[in-house]
Amino acid sequence: MTTVATPIGALLTGAVSDATETLQSHLRRFGRPPADPWRTIASLERADLRGRGGAGFPAARKWRAVADHAAKGLPAVVIANGSEGEPCSSKDRLLLRIRPHLVLDGLRLAAEAVGATDTFVYVSHGDRDTLRVLRDAINERVQHLEGERRPTLVAAPPRYVGGQETAVIARLEGKLARPTYTPPFPFTQGAWGRPTLVHNVETLARIGLIARDLDSASLALVTVSGAVVVGGVTEVVVGTPLGAVVQAADGVIGTPLAVLAGGYFGRWLRAETCWNLGFGTDVPLGAGVLAVVDSEHCPIAETARIVTYLAGESAKQCGPCVNALPAIADALTALTSRRRALPRVELLQRRSQELVGRGACRHPDGAALLVQSLLSVFEPEVGLHVRNGPCGACGAPALLPIPSSRGGWR
Amino acid sequence: MTRLAINPIACRGFGVCAELLPEEVRLDEWGYPIMERRQLGVELLEHARRAVAECPTMALRLVDDTDAR
Repeated sequence: MTTVATPIGALLTGAVSDATETLQSHLRRFGRPPADPWRTIASLERADLRGRGGAGFPAARKWRAVADHAAKGLPAVVIANGSEGEPCSSKDRLLLRIRPHLVLDGLRLAAEAVGATDTFVYVSHGDRDTLRVLRDAINERVQHLEGERRPTLVAAPPRYVGGQETAVIARLEGKLARPTYTPPFPFTQGAWGRPTLVHNVETLARIGLIARDLDSASLALVTVSGAVVVGGVTEVVVGTPLGAVVQAADGVIGTPLAVLAGGYFGRWLRAETCWNLGFGTDVPLGAGVLAVVDSEHCPIAETARIVTYLAGESAKQCGPCVNALPAIADALTALTSRRRALPRVELLQRRSQELVGRGACRHPDGAALLVQSLLSVFEPEVGLHVRNGPCGACGAPALLPIPSSRGGWR
Repeated sequence: MTRLAINPIACRGFGVCAELLPEEVRLDEWGYPIMERRQLGVELLEHARRAVAECPTMALRLVDDTDAR
């Protein structure tokens, strides 16, 4: 795939297919990571870098909060979160595989800035290639880069909620990778009660470039998938129209009907009205996912499968997630199969509205917002399904990926 | 502001809170509480404290929002 972005501050510039960049080549291009952490915080603030794991929280604010708490008490912990549980996303894995040193530079800079004595890299344990690349990269750095503290590699279970900040911390502490109740928030008392900074790996790689005065905050990695000619990861300027992002994936196949933006906790858009909207400005980046659904597939059926998957991925700790999420999934499934009585739209609306903000983590909220966007954007189509049952496209095989094999929580 | 907060992991849906404080808490289809995220009226504080004390799983708390993110 082509890169739409300008090369300055881009992560993928100069990437040779998916070959891993060596430390030597990395240092030749960028030099050593700068040594003044306070200057890095100031640069981050100026750049207004937002987290790229989905929540979009300002990175510099996290740093200040963790640094403040670490100054008052226990030394901080920094975690690079590369678990990437979002089924439509592959940007984090690609980045770790081809640019491990940019991510590890960001991790080192963050650790210096917040006064962390321990750093961790959290990756899905199904992903052996990435684990191997990281192990090699870390060894290279400890040998050849002065002042490098060895980060600890932690393998994460491939669960959707395993990437939630508090789940990452629980796993690090040797517990099951399930979200915990907040407060206390990670920035005050995270891993082992220490102030903890958790950053998505793309965020860290951008920090590595921003610290070297390169403009990287205005760029984003995007995974394009669904009914497109060549899907995959591309890097674009934040605010690029969705149509241009999808063009970078060599365009759509068939007649596009819907676009899922952000990921499985993102939102549905109607294709004909979305192409001029800016990704990351008009439409939130979320996990940087754009998935195109063509007219041969039904967005309601796709959502039914996604919500069924998300209900199964729940850590099953909180009542609303245990009860309401499967009920919503069932109602959507009823609309798209001939097996059950058709539910009322109001029931779906009420259940998805009531779900928001009632879990220990954001898992139910994400699913609820996805369903709410379906109900409002595809209101006429939902109405037709409620009256007539499944449409002709409901029986088509799934277009968007639904991971089948679920691991445990370790 | 003082408001009610629930630890949803601890909550088992006994519904005592909705019984003692119907002004602030209602139950969903499965008996789990839904509460307004708003300041508690002074007249309700005593009832709220009682609901907190009576929760069988100690899932309910009174919080002062100035100390949260």
